[in-house]
Amino acid sequence: MNKIFEIPLYAYERSPDQDAQTPVRRKVVIIGAGPIGLGAAIDLAQQGVEVVILDDNDKVSFGSRAVCYAKRPLEILDRLGCGQPMVDKGVEWNIGKVFFDDRQVYDFNLLPEDGHQRPAFINLQQYYFEEYMVNRVRELQAAGAPIEIRGRNKVEAIGTHDDHVTLEVDTPEGAYTLEAEWLIACDGANSPARRMLGLDFVGRVFEDNFLIADVIMEAEFPTERWFWFDPPFNKGQSALLHKQPDNVWRIDLQLGWDIDKEREKRPENVIPRLKQMLGDDVEFELEWVSIYTFQCRRMEQFRHGRVLFAGDAAHQVSPFGARGANSGLQDTDNLCWKLKLVMDGKAPESLLDSYDMERIHGADENILNSSRSTDFITPKSDMSRILRDAVLDLSEHYSFARPLVNSGRLSVPCTYDGSPLNSADALLDGPARTRPGSPCPDAPLGDDFLLPKLGDKFILLTIDADAPDSFEEDGVEVTRLALSVKDDASLELKRRYLGENDSAVYLIRPDQHVAARRASFDEAQFRTALRRATGKE
Amino acid sequence: MSDQLTLTPNIDGADDFYAELLAAHEGLAKDQSDALNARLVLVLANHIGNRAVLSQALEAAALKE
Repeated sequence: MNKIFEIPLYAYERSPDQDAQTPVRRKVVIIGAGPIGLGAAIDLAQQGVEVVILDDNDKVSFGSRAVCYAKRPLEILDRLGCGQPMVDKGVEWNIGKVFFDDRQVYDFNLLPEDGHQRPAFINLQQYYFEEYMVNRVRELQAAGAPIEIRGRNKVEAIGTHDDHVTLEVDTPEGAYTLEAEWLIACDGANSPARRMLGLDFVGRVFEDNFLIADVIMEAEFPTERWFWFDPPFNKGQSALLHKQPDNVWRIDLQLGWDIDKEREKRPENVIPRLKQMLGDDVEFELEWVSIYTFQCRRMEQFRHGRVLFAGDAAHQVSPFGARGANSGLQDTDNLCWKLKLVMDGKAPESLLDSYDMERIHGADENILNSSRSTDFITPKSDMSRILRDAVLDLSEHYSFARPLVNSGRLSVPCTYDGSPLNSADALLDGPARTRPGSPCPDAPLGDDFLLPKLGDKFILLTIDADAPDSFEEDGVEVTRLALSVKDDASLELKRRYLGENDSAVYLIRPDQHVAARRASFDEAQFRTALRRATGKE
Repeated sequence: MSDQLTLTPNIDGADDFYAELLAAHEGLAKDQSDALNARLVLVLANHIGNRAVLSQALEAAALKE
């Protein structure tokens, strides 16, 4: 049977742009049809922006690659119209087990917070993830949206200009020139776009190699996350076992830096290791093996004039905590509404600098978290190993040590504290988790949920407060969403958005982040807040 | 709990405590002693809990100016 990742999903087709006398200028061109490029394209197309994705391949990701998708990206995918198939197919888990040396030291239950539509995260192979996004692209195309994926279109050169970008694109039928008003580079950690523009990629805090394998097992392995520190089958390193859909298990074996990649990848070397890990009597079939190299680093700036970098092209972290694809989707979530306002002339181009500022804040938080995980998993000195082992030994006996065990802090969205788009918090003693800059936490509304009612445009969320149904400030419209604490019998809406207050009014950005909040509606204040959130103050 | 690290005598029966500490290490190899010390630091740190006090303790133990 052919796997989805073996079938061309966006086969090369000749575009009329290749026959044009003078280069055609498109509104937005995206390089890379991975999760981030597709996410950016869908977001823009949904807003009516013409977008062309160029990819040097014609298939979805080969092998499982990014497998953990956290709640926030799932919420973003809901806004992009493709969250449901991911959640339907994905595997949810709550139980994790931690092993040290040859024994289990403890297990835990994630116990995710109630009152959210989406689970804390799901496991799903990247090829399914991309397939569902491509399906969404096809759906948008069928509805007449200006979105196009060009397979086997390889960008060979990029020229930058004040008001556009020029691209030399190679195809199976020869090269052509394409222009773009804006270019979004989502071409991965080794970003050729970054290299072509001669841009930096600084950091390299850590370097490590992982052997990642997808194995098919019919065995009754439980749906749990198993993490090994210093196991007998991978001495001095770590290992991770995760369940994916279709009885495919994902195994990550840390190998260290100085290794022979080709040798490690050979089945005769991989299979004995896996047998040691899974037990001699477990039957499995090796579907895919790869060596993954990571470093922790980011570009100094994600915006370079009309070229915007997103995802791994802009920042790279260790795999611990699933912060790669998850943070990349938050990049495009942050970028696309800003780009749309700038393209429509409703916000100054400088609004895009806040993309740089906010997402660099996010990237630094991810690099910090993933560096700390790496320090715990791979101690850098004798004493850090002694302390790490002490934590693990204690965790077997006492619960106090378990929060110190760090096998990856799972990706949570960052709050854009200090962003120039935020207005000062004017809701006295309001809940900290919904302060300006925060991503809106979901809340139940009877049979429904809050987040599906937010996003894509500016929303004025009123909870037991009066306000006009809409208002417009300098071309940007705000629509009211009127709620009451009575809409949620569980009182989560009150806990998450009001605290001890009787009412609240929130200005919420198109990416579902809080821009401003007060106890009641004050027109002048909210007009100023809207101007500030669109880079005009 | 106070946010201030105690750096004045605070242990009843200081000699007894010190003997108990030495006894805990008796007969241990260097690596076992190092591991015991590490576990002890973590147990005590958790008991203190207060982040400000812990930071002051780290600073006090470093014996810098």
